[in-house]
Amino acid sequence: MKQRTIKTALAATAVLGLAFAGMASAEPVDDTLVIDGVEIVTKAAGAAHLDGALPEAMSGWHFRDTETRAMQADDFDNPGMIYVDRGLDLWNAVDGTEGKSCASCHEGPEAMAGLRAVTPRVDEKTGKVMNIESYVNDCRTTRMGAEAWGDKAVELTDMLALISFQSRGELMNVAIDGAAAPFYEKGKEIYYTRFGQLELSCASCHEDNYGNYIRSDHLSQGQTNGFPVYRLKDAKLTTPQGRFVGCVRDTRAETFKIGSDEFNALELYVASRGNGLAVEGVSVRN
Amino acid sequence: MKRQFMLGMAISAFSAGVAMAQVAPENVEFADGAIAQSLSGTAGNADDGKKVFGTAGLGNCVACHAAVIAADIPFPGTVGPALDGVADRWSEGELRGIVANAKIMFDGTIMPSFYKTSGYIRPGDAYTGKAGTEPLPPILSAQQIEDVVAYLLTFKE
Ligand code: HEC
Ligand code: HEC
Repeated sequence: MKQRTIKTALAATAVLGLAFAGMASAEPVDDTLVIDGVEIVTKAAGAAHLDGALPEAMSGWHFRDTETRAMQADDFDNPGMIYVDRGLDLWNAVDGTEGKSCASCHEGPEAMAGLRAVTPRVDEKTGKVMNIESYVNDCRTTRMGAEAWGDKAVELTDMLALISFQSRGELMNVAIDGAAAPFYEKGKEIYYTRFGQLELSCASCHEDNYGNYIRSDHLSQGQTNGFPVYRLKDAKLTTPQGRFVGCVRDTRAETFKIGSDEFNALELYVASRGNGLAVEGVSVRN
Repeated sequence: MKRQFMLGMAISAFSAGVAMAQVAPENVEFADGAIAQSLSGTAGNADDGKKVFGTAGLGNCVACHAAVIAADIPFPGTVGPALDGVADRWSEGELRGIVANAKIMFDGTIMPSFYKTSGYIRPGDAYTGKAGTEPLPPILSAQQIEDVVAYLLTFKE
């Protein structure tokens, strides 16, 4: 009983403090992300194609609290880095009927440097939107004779972590013209559609209200440059589309499926809203 | 919860006259964004309304709104305006209209409509992510709307 009272009292002061801090500094935190002495670009001029909808693009990192930001700034504290190592084991592991590993064809994971910054992109041959997850599963099924990893399989997120990490610091530069144009338009339409019984669009929260609090959540711009994200709340990695599922569900809507045409187009569009922000490798969020 | 349920039973068990006192979501009439009559035919209870206001599975109004009077409910959001003094600014009917369907008073507002059952894009089955079938149950019952309105009427400055 006694202990509970004390805890409640503590909570009450914390809440008050937070409420004040929240009101006063609803702004994203002014801070610089430096990992191993290298500065990671977490703010950039809003992409021209957004016509001013985002005056400045900002990584979700700026919207997290001091401890969470610090955790990401140090690879030893960043819990996501463990998965990069696990990804490397998978990279070298032979799997499937062809007796091959990723390394058999690509040598080291450095071969993937730059890919994260330009995906999702439209594959020239098939005309399909490809993100890293779909490239990985394409290699597994068509070249390794292995089964595709599931949408939420840890193997897939481990591999995404490894491959994204190779592009850490490179600036997002997702193409929106040419073959990508129709997907960009489709993704944009989805971004502004008010789904579900709460009738909220991505823009309702991440364009019109970033910087505001929705209950205790400090709303960011919903950028994807930090993915995969290690979420402290889940204690595991999340893919961009995995995050989209949660956000759409929270509008009391029927979600789209991971890997669906809708989410592929949306991922391309959302990624393009963050052009100019650096790939973070594996980020930490709450 | 239980109370609502029993009330519902009582209404169906009683005469049609009592049942008619409750206005179904599709029959609500708005005048300049306001709803003149109680939706449940019963007065609201401000204490119950506070629960609706602060509970995530109910109105979750606090997700977007702060108010000094509700300062004991932790982590109020800032997406909507602080509600201090709304009872001075709005009449009971206007508050009822705003809670039932704020889009009529505030064109295009982000505030959800709490007493509406159809006309949605990809409506879901509550927070499951699965498809829902219209008409959906409204987010709040008629009595919960009345309760939260009774609570808002205590927001005086
Ligand atoms: C009801 C409000 C709401 C809606 C609508 C919403 N989100 Fe979110 N989203 C959140 C919250 C809260 C978070 C966690 C805090 C943050 O980063 O903003 C979040 C986080 C994210 C993140 C992670 C950002 C990071 O840096 O970790 C992405 C990406 C995202 N949302 C994309 C979307 C997309 C795309 C849509 C539309 C399909 C969408 N969201 C709709 C509330 C919402
Ligand atoms: C997702 C955000 C959100 C939620 C949830 C929400 N509101 Fe609102 N509310 C708003 C916004 C934004 C406005 C301002 C109207 C506008 O869009 O111009 C508003 C306006 C109001 C107003 C008028 C305020 C004034 O000062 O004139 C009242 C009263 C109100 N809301 C009550 C409620 C109640 C009660 C609930 C829960 C049953 C609720 N709101 C839930 C966002 C929200």
